[in-house]
Amino acid sequence: MMEANRPDPDALLKAIQTEEQLSRRGKLKIFFGMCAGVGKTYAMLEAAQRKKKEGVDVVIGYVEPHKRQETEVLTEGIERIPTKPLAYHHVTLQEFDIDAALARKPSLILVDELAHTNAPGSRNVKRWQDVEELLQAGIDVYSTLNTQHLESLNNSVAQITGIVVRETIPDEIFDRSDEVELVDLPVPELLQRLKEGKVYMTEQAGRAAENFFQEGKLMALREIALRKTAQRVDFQMTQYRTLHAVKGVWQAGERLLVCVGPGPFSTRLIRRTKQMANELKAPWMAVYVETPQKPMGEEKREAIENQIRFAQSLGAETAVLQGLKPGEEILKFAHEKNVTKIVVGKSRRPRWKDFLFGSLVDELVRGSGDIDVYSISGEKGEQSPKWKTDVFRSPWTQYSAPLLVIVAWTGIAKWLLPHVEIVNVSMIYLLMNVMIAVRYGQGPSLAAAFLSVACFDFFFVPPYFTFSVSDARYWVTFLVVLSVTLLTSRLTFQLRRSAEAASARERYTSNLYALSREMLKSRTTREISAAVAQHLAQVAHGDAIILLGSEPELMFLEATSNPNWHFDETDRAVAHWASKNAKSAGKGTQTLPMAKAIFFPLIGSRGVIGVAGIRPSEDTAFLESAGQHFVESVIGQGALAIERAMLAEEARSAEVEAEREGLMSALLSSVSHDLRTPLTSIAGAAGTLLDQDQKLSPEDRRRLLESIEDESARLNRLVENILQITKIESGNVALRKEKHSLEEIIGSALNRLDASLRGRKIATDIPEDLPLVPMDGLLMEQVMVNLLENAGRYTPAGSPIDIRAWRNGKYVQVEVADRGPGVSASDRTRVFEKFYRSGKKDVWGSGLGLAICQGILKVHQGEIGVKERDGGGSVFYFSLPLDTATSDSESRAAGSGMENGEKSA
Amino acid sequence: MTTTTPTVLVVEDDSQIRQFLKVGLESNGFAYLESLQGKDGLAQVATRNPDLVVLDLGLPDMDGIDFLKNLREWSKVPVIVLTARGNEQDKIDALDRGADDYLTKPFGVGELLARMRVALRHASQRASGEDLPIFESGSLRIDFVKRLVFVDDREVHLTPTEYKILTLLAHHAGKVLTQRQILTDVWGAAYAERGDYLRVHMHQLRHKIEAAPARPKWLINEPGVGYRLKVE
Repeated sequence: MMEANRPDPDALLKAIQTEEQLSRRGKLKIFFGMCAGVGKTYAMLEAAQRKKKEGVDVVIGYVEPHKRQETEVLTEGIERIPTKPLAYHHVTLQEFDIDAALARKPSLILVDELAHTNAPGSRNVKRWQDVEELLQAGIDVYSTLNTQHLESLNNSVAQITGIVVRETIPDEIFDRSDEVELVDLPVPELLQRLKEGKVYMTEQAGRAAENFFQEGKLMALREIALRKTAQRVDFQMTQYRTLHAVKGVWQAGERLLVCVGPGPFSTRLIRRTKQMANELKAPWMAVYVETPQKPMGEEKREAIENQIRFAQSLGAETAVLQGLKPGEEILKFAHEKNVTKIVVGKSRRPRWKDFLFGSLVDELVRGSGDIDVYSISGEKGEQSPKWKTDVFRSPWTQYSAPLLVIVAWTGIAKWLLPHVEIVNVSMIYLLMNVMIAVRYGQGPSLAAAFLSVACFDFFFVPPYFTFSVSDARYWVTFLVVLSVTLLTSRLTFQLRRSAEAASARERYTSNLYALSREMLKSRTTREISAAVAQHLAQVAHGDAIILLGSEPELMFLEATSNPNWHFDETDRAVAHWASKNAKSAGKGTQTLPMAKAIFFPLIGSRGVIGVAGIRPSEDTAFLESAGQHFVESVIGQGALAIERAMLAEEARSAEVEAEREGLMSALLSSVSHDLRTPLTSIAGAAGTLLDQDQKLSPEDRRRLLESIEDESARLNRLVENILQITKIESGNVALRKEKHSLEEIIGSALNRLDASLRGRKIATDIPEDLPLVPMDGLLMEQVMVNLLENAGRYTPAGSPIDIRAWRNGKYVQVEVADRGPGVSASDRTRVFEKFYRSGKKDVWGSGLGLAICQGILKVHQGEIGVKERDGGGSVFYFSLPLDTATSDSESRAAGSGMENGEKSA
Repeated sequence: MTTTTPTVLVVEDDSQIRQFLKVGLESNGFAYLESLQGKDGLAQVATRNPDLVVLDLGLPDMDGIDFLKNLREWSKVPVIVLTARGNEQDKIDALDRGADDYLTKPFGVGELLARMRVALRHASQRASGEDLPIFESGSLRIDFVKRLVFVDDREVHLTPTEYKILTLLAHHAGKVLTQRQILTDVWGAAYAERGDYLRVHMHQLRHKIEAAPARPKWLINEPGVGYRLKVE
């Protein structure tokens, strides 16, 4: 039951994201009207004046000039941002100054005519993009819009009015706006105003006005405007429901798919699908199927890209499929994506073609199963233009070579004829045609086939030197030659095409695979960024760059495929824009299209983490469909991988920090406890001696004095240990390596511990001929002292300690063995950790002794450990590397050499 | 200054240490003088002529080594330096610069008195110019005249080098000699850095005269500094 109330997680996430984004963004209010003249600008200015009275910081960013007087009056008292003059051809256009607006940063700005197209040279192609930037910057915007400027309504309005409007805005902007105020005016009133000349129109519009402002048409427009506004309310309601998990009727998961092609007809298909999707509140996608039969010219490719981009701008998910049979591919894709409705254009080609080759619509309907297929017919003039094929670039050689071969063979055969059968001649014609078909493709092979037939007929089929055929059987020969050639060439061609497509796909796939492998291998942000840059550069045949940083102004260069990339001001501006708006920008996009590079935002789970820039080399159409998808997947994958690495690095440094802090606190607790304990004893004993001097017995006094002395010694050792470990840890140990006698070192350690080891039997087993060992004598004495001190501290008083040293190959091994309780297996590595004290709490120690030993042996390239002792107790052992044999013998020689000739004194 | 109450000058900037040295030394029959700074200390040595100087190497106004350098230009007064553990190079420098012995902080008065006694004895020997014909410490006996060494009345055969090392240490019995001092004296200045020579010979010497070479009674190594012949 709980489940049923839970909102769909995806939808919820989207709603939250939208809400979050909105909380940072400025609010957009659109004054929406059915057509020019209803008083949108007037309404907007009125609202602005009200806001102004409320004390809101309102400025006019742009209001269409030459409006009627009543409107002009309303602008009074509101600050205006001066427009920016832009020279275009021979005219100077006054444009909205986005930069000045951003710099002024009012809380509310009025920007008229949302659908306006900016003059060339402006930063953004469209005014709605300027508005988008203002919103991003947290500025509230009032703007105006007419029905015909909405992308999805554009078509319907054009049909009603007969005027095609080119200035449109994506529906998303309208749908996402925070408030839409419908500026409505009954049709007769509008007509009245028009008559009174209260409606401002451009010249062009004026010409069309006669046609435009007819009662019937206006009523239809009004209907559209009202419906659109109502739909928007509906949309908001749905969003609210998603967010608040309102129980009720949820739309069944409708999903639409539209099949697009390069022709203008597809634009209509896309708009219609968008409308349908809106009404169904369903997600939708647009696909194009690239087939081997349809080799793409530059022009056609661009047309398709435009369609795909158009669909994207209307909010569609897009995909380019590859395959031999478009119908199959589309259906496969549709099933994969759970599509419920397919929209397809009805072809207007001759019926015989459909009959011969089959039509896409039929194919789709036949295989659609439970998917609905909607076919929409195109109109006259919407037929695809003839696309140029660019596969065979030089038709001359393509055609001349095969034809020459045929002519040559005809000559040879004519000469050979008396000696060979006519059948053989025709067979060789066939062979040659097959070969030509394989090598040169459809056109040339077809030409060659016809030429062969003609030559054969003319020269070899009686009556000779005419095209008439006396024997009907020869027709069969002709037919066979022709059809075999046709079939072969077609098959070969398809084969080659699909092989090419497959290899391109394969290239991308393997590239992607290689990338993900590299990402797995790489650990650091830098490595991953470098890999991503490298792969992007490869696929774009150019240079790539990765900039990281969540704040556009604070982005830093992380990796680049070309260190010589001069990152100039334009690049920076594009990168900043892409990062700030989380949209791609630069070359080939709608924002700053003049730039040399294109920048994509790297979007991780926490938002934009940086941008990836690509500068394709001049001659490559890098936005070729499959390539673009590859770029997108690389960037998508890369962004996640980089983010993962960044998080891991953060986690790692946090861990290091925590470890450091842990150590600090251990040190502090050790210092505070271990320093305070002896200090307390000393202070206590000294205080007692001072205050109670007369009352104390001589024995008590002595005991107190002894305790002061002992505790001081203990304090001293602790301080020394702390100093030593700090030195070792900081790597500040100046190792004074000299050759020392281990016996001597052990001797002086025992000497130092004489008092604390009193009463113990200490056996030493050190061979007299043990070579000198390179070491820092002072530090190694410390190791011995610590080991012996530990042995003394953790074993029962009076128990024996055995010290053994021997040579073990290139090492000298030393053991300190006791008969104490031993070290438990789990403690054996931990005892060498700092501040670790095993079991016995009553034993005093800093917990540093063994850590110091380990540190000292580490700088000596030696090893230290502890093991169980046969018969009880533990053995602490360490090994030190001996020098090479040469220096070993050298030191011996030094000793013995000097004794040569010496006699005992 | 009488011979019965030797005077000690303590050059030390820490008042607590001066306090405990004053009590410790005066109760042990020394006349106590003190100085908080190096320059003042040098002036006092010149004017008050103490029998011994206890010098803290970390002085506020001058480096302890410079103090020694300056002092040794005009005085042979025995000096015992006070240093912290870990500053082995300071000790060596001080000894090489003419300090007679050193003590590592923290130390007890007992320790200091023992060192002072050794230093004073050596000073008086030097002053009187008398050279003992025989050195004895426990069961170790060296006959300088006959050049013989006995342990437990048993003669020990030493090579000339070993003998030289042993007699050098015996002449400074109880005092630390730095590695450099021994090497220069026995082998010559060219061998001052060959610590391994010295260690090989010390090793052999120990095996000849010590009953338990790993727990030596006489030939004591002061790690990082040098050797001392311990006297009982």
